[in-house]
Amino acid sequence: MAITVRVPTQLRSLTNGVSEVTVNGENVGEALADLGDQFPGLSDRIFDDSGAIRRFVNIFLADEDVRFLDGPQTKVSDSQVISIVPAVAGGAF
Amino acid sequence: MSYVKSLTCKECGQNYEAKAYHVCEFCFGPLEVSYDYDAISRSISRESIASGPLSIWRYRDLLPVEGSDYVSLGAGFTPLVRAERLGRALGLDDLWIKNDTLNPTGSFKDRVVSVALTRARELGLKVAACASTGNLANSVAAHAAWANMDSYVFVPANLERAKIITTAIYGGNLIAIDGNYDDVNRLCAEIASEVPDWAFVNVNVRTYYSEGSKTLAFEVAEQLGWQSPDHVVVPVASGSQLTKIHKGFNELYRVGLLDKEPKVRISGAQAAGCSPVASAFDQGVDVIRPVKPDTIAKSLAIGNPADGYYALDIVRKTGGAFGSVSDDEILDGIRLLARTEGIFAETAGGVTIATLAKLVKAGVVQKGEKTVAYVTGNGLKTVEALAPTTGPTITVGPSLDGFFDFLNSQRRSSK
Repeated sequence: MAITVRVPTQLRSLTNGVSEVTVNGENVGEALADLGDQFPGLSDRIFDDSGAIRRFVNIFLADEDVRFLDGPQTKVSDSQVISIVPAVAGGAF
Repeated sequence: MSYVKSLTCKECGQNYEAKAYHVCEFCFGPLEVSYDYDAISRSISRESIASGPLSIWRYRDLLPVEGSDYVSLGAGFTPLVRAERLGRALGLDDLWIKNDTLNPTGSFKDRVVSVALTRARELGLKVAACASTGNLANSVAAHAAWANMDSYVFVPANLERAKIITTAIYGGNLIAIDGNYDDVNRLCAEIASEVPDWAFVNVNVRTYYSEGSKTLAFEVAEQLGWQSPDHVVVPVASGSQLTKIHKGFNELYRVGLLDKEPKVRISGAQAAGCSPVASAFDQGVDVIRPVKPDTIAKSLAIGNPADGYYALDIVRKTGGAFGSVSDDEILDGIRLLARTEGIFAETAGGVTIATLAKLVKAGVVQKGEKTVAYVTGNGLKTVEALAPTTGPTITVGPSLDGFFDFLNSQRRSSK
């Protein structure tokens, strides 16, 4: 199952500058684990020591925050897009 | 010259050069400006500030810029008014309102945008951009026009007409996105990755931008005769403003402008329809759960506040509290402030006043405390929230009889 992950600037030093990576997995966690396998060091940036998504990292599946879905267990389907976005506070004002 | 030492990650302490970075590359934690306070102590004084401009730039030594080529419409140095009538209504003896409705585009956002775009120009960034539902959009468009910068302001397509007009009037590009504010914000974070030479004020130059809110503390202390208040009540959206007000008071002491170490209790105000930080406070937990906002206080409607953790921490540490208020209470707060102090606040100001009232009742804000409520946006921006319940006292024909019939009946009924 081919899923696209969009990588933010802050992580592109680990992806050789690439902004979109194709990964495989049944759910968001598996997809991100595959990303980590392809680019060593990436997983440490996204997950904390307990394996949870770091609190300042937002993961979107098809433009929806996975915290509103099933978190890393959220099922993904073929050709969906996952975005990794640093938390941006503020601005609604 | 600049007193900035570096940008430091608030989570892991990693240091970065003072460029257009906003999050730590290692843990994605937000970056905070670190200053050389010893050097600032040697250069700054109450006199040097008093001889500066009547704007936020009188505190430039404590702001993250190098030069003095400011992008400024004159933001800051707004009135701090003694609110005796509102204080009486609420049962407070020493209440003050920081009236930040009187900024150039009508909100405190002019402070942060002025700092962000000044620094953006120093960094060679030519385009000003932001995601916004109103106040920030107004301010970025206006400052960019003044600075002759191109601007791209991203808003949700269903934004109220008034906010479209008050942004579009300044020229620049106004991009309406089919989606809600969180969608716009997420999109802008992704766009910012693709156009690194743009200054997204609340994304890649956010570290500088948010420093502008410290001036809300600097001014209050100066206007109180160089003393800090006992208690402040601050509206909370992302939580950034609250954390910067706290930082501001502490910095004044650190550089020798306050004689006594500030012990300001800091309380936060949220709308019940978007209260992720207040909920965490009430439940006594450390985890802030994102919410889908549903409130008339749209300027505070951030469901996933990235500075929420820090705001929660500061409120707990300083002995303050959080309060959250319903839409009806927000409208009551706007009316109460207008009818006692003659200040017309937007919905966020209603949140602040209504929360203050609640915290007084709960015994958190105490009668004798020198208390400052931050009212950060102008009511003309959100008149639609009041339209259903606010109108003429009476409509009469253009005749003396018509008017005096009304006046006499009013006098009779008031006897």
